[in-house]
Amino acid sequence: MSGALLSVEDAVVDLPTPRGNLRAVDHVDLAVGAGKTLGIVGESGCGKTMLSRAVLQLLPKKAKLSGRVMFNGQDLTTLSAEKLRKLRGRSLAVVFQDPMTSLNPVLTIGTQLIETIQEHLELDLAQARQRSIELLAAVGIPAPEQRLAQYPHQLSGGMRQRVAIAIALSCEPQLLIADEPTTALDVTIQAQILDLLAREQQRRHMAMIIITHDLGVVAGRTDEVAVMYAGRVVERAPTPALFKQMRMPYTEALLAALPKLDVAPHTPLPAISGRPPDPTRPMKGCSFSPRCRYSAGRCTTEKPRLSPAETQEHLYACFHPIAAGVGA
Amino acid sequence: MLFFVARRLLYLVPVLIAVSVLTFVIASLLPGDLAYVILGDQATPENVAALRHDMGLDQPIWLRYLGWLWHILQGDFGRSFRTGQTVLQAVSERIPVSFELMILAELIGLAIGVPLAIACAAKAGSAFDRLMTGSAFGMLSVPTFLSAILLIYLFAVELRLLPATGYVPFTEDPVANLRFMVLPALTLGLAEWPGIMRVLRSDMIAALQEDYIALAKAKGLKPSRILFVHALKPSSLTLVTITGINIGRLIGGAVIVETIFALPGIGRLLVGAILTRDLIILQGVVLLVAAGFVIMNFIVDMLYAVLDPRIRHGHA
Repeated sequence: MSGALLSVEDAVVDLPTPRGNLRAVDHVDLAVGAGKTLGIVGESGCGKTMLSRAVLQLLPKKAKLSGRVMFNGQDLTTLSAEKLRKLRGRSLAVVFQDPMTSLNPVLTIGTQLIETIQEHLELDLAQARQRSIELLAAVGIPAPEQRLAQYPHQLSGGMRQRVAIAIALSCEPQLLIADEPTTALDVTIQAQILDLLAREQQRRHMAMIIITHDLGVVAGRTDEVAVMYAGRVVERAPTPALFKQMRMPYTEALLAALPKLDVAPHTPLPAISGRPPDPTRPMKGCSFSPRCRYSAGRCTTEKPRLSPAETQEHLYACFHPIAAGVGA
Repeated sequence: MLFFVARRLLYLVPVLIAVSVLTFVIASLLPGDLAYVILGDQATPENVAALRHDMGLDQPIWLRYLGWLWHILQGDFGRSFRTGQTVLQAVSERIPVSFELMILAELIGLAIGVPLAIACAAKAGSAFDRLMTGSAFGMLSVPTFLSAILLIYLFAVELRLLPATGYVPFTEDPVANLRFMVLPALTLGLAEWPGIMRVLRSDMIAALQEDYIALAKAKGLKPSRILFVHALKPSSLTLVTITGINIGRLIGGAVIVETIFALPGIGRLLVGAILTRDLIILQGVVLLVAAGFVIMNFIVDMLYAVLDPRIRHGHA
C-alpha cells in the first residue's frame, strides 16, 4: 500500500451507547491511490459512514478511533485541530448524502461557496466570486451568476447536490469522499450526479471514495470496491474482478437484491432475509453467518480473516466462498 | 417581500380591533359606575343620572364602544377627569421613562445571555455549561423585588455608588439620568438573561447537530465562523421571539421595578389609574400598550423574514 494517497490502517471506531459499546468500524484496512476511485458498499448501519467520518476526523465527540489514517504521509489521527482544518475543504473534501440538510438554509449559495474558497485560497472577493460562478457552471447549474444570491430552498434536490459538489470541488481537493451522494435524489437525477462526479474526478485527477448501498452505483465507475458488513470489510477487489467473480456470499446477496427490469410483474423483490447483527453484541463467528445460506461448521465459531486468494488484489473473508463459475 | 409586509400589516387590523373591543369591555365590566366615581359619595341620584346622560353612559355598550372608537380614530383617547390631562399627554410624558428602561434592561439581558448561551452551546455538557445553566435556573426563580432590594443595598447603601430612587429626564442631564437608570435596568436585565440564555443555548445545541454544521467543519471553516455564522444565525429565531415578547411586555411598564425605584413610567401611570379608578386613562393606556405589543410582534415577524429566507419566500 505504499504510495497510496489515503490509507486507513487497522481502523476501529467504538461508540458508547446506553446498551453498551457499539463497534461501528471493526479493524478496517483500505487504501486509495492518487487519482483512483474506491467504492465502499454495504447496507445501512454497516459502518461505511462512520468510516468516512473517521477519515475526515469528524466522528461524534464520544466516538473512539484507533488505528491510523494516513493521508499524504501524515497520520490524520495525530494532527492538530488547526492543521486538520487547513486540510479539510482544501485537500480533503466531502459530499454528504442529503443536500436538503447539508447546506445551511439561512446562507446564500454564494456565501457558502465563497467562504470555502476564501478560507483556503488567497483570492479576493471578486476573484472568489468569479471562481464560484465557474464552479457552478462546471457542475451544470444554469444561470450560475443568479444562483449566488439564492438560498438552498430555492433549488431542487438535484441542483442542491450539484452545489454541494461545487463546494467540494472548490479548492481542487486531492481526495473527494462522496457519502451516498445520490441516495436522497430522484432516480432520474442519480445517474446525472454520478456521471458528473466521475467526469470531474477524471478531469481533476483527484482520488474519490464513493460510499453507497447500491452495487449498481460502483459498477463501471470505480477502480476498486470494498464491501462492508457489520463494521468489517468482507470483500475487496478491483471492480472488474469483483463483478466477474464475487466470492463472498454477502456480496452476491447484495447484488441479487438489486431490483431488475426483466423479471415478471408482481415477483417479490429478492431481499436478504434476516437483519444485520446487533453491533453492541460482538459475535464469535462470521457476522453474516446467521443470514448466509452457505453457513456451516466453523462459520459460527470462528471469524474468517480478510485474505487474498487466487490473486493478490482480490481479498475476501469467507470459509465457504462461492466457487468460480457459480454464484449470481 | 413587499407583499409579505403588506399581508402581515393587513393581519394587524383584526387583531387591533379585537384588542380595542376587549379593552373596552373589560373597563366597562369593572364594578362601580364612572359617574359615581366622579361625583363622589355625596352625589344625588339626579346628579348621577344627568352626568351619565352627559357622558353617554346611558347608551347601550356597543354604541358607547363605537363612539369611543370613533374618537380614537381621530386621535382623541379621552381625558382624565381627575387631572384633566389627556391620555396621549399622560402617555407621552411617561413613555420615555419606560422605553429607556426597557431598552437598557433588554441590552443588559442580551449582553449577559447571548455570550453565555454561545459559550455553553459550544461546550455543552461541560462543567462550565452545567454551572451556567444552573445559575440561570437559579436567577429565574429570583423575583425582581428581591434582586431590586439586594442591588439597592449593595450599590446604594453599602458602596454608595448609585442613587436608590429618583429620575431625571435624559434630555436634562444624561449622566444623572443614566445613574438613576442603572439599578432598575440591571434589576430587569438580571431577570431577562436566564430566559434568553436557556432558549438560545438549546437552539444552538440543536443547530450544532445539523448536517450543515458537519459540512461547515468538513469545509475547514474556522470554529468561530461555524459558531457565529453557521450556527447562531439559524438559531436566533426563538431568541428574537422572546426578546420581542420581553420588549412588548416592558412597553406596558415594569410596575414593580418602577414603583421600587420611583420611576415615573407607564407602569406607575397604570397603577395610579387603577387606584384612583381613572377608567378613561386606564382603558386608553391599556389600548396603547396592547397596540404597542401587537406592533412589536409585527416587527418580530419582519425580523424572522430577515433571518430566515424560507419565511421570506413563503416556504415555511
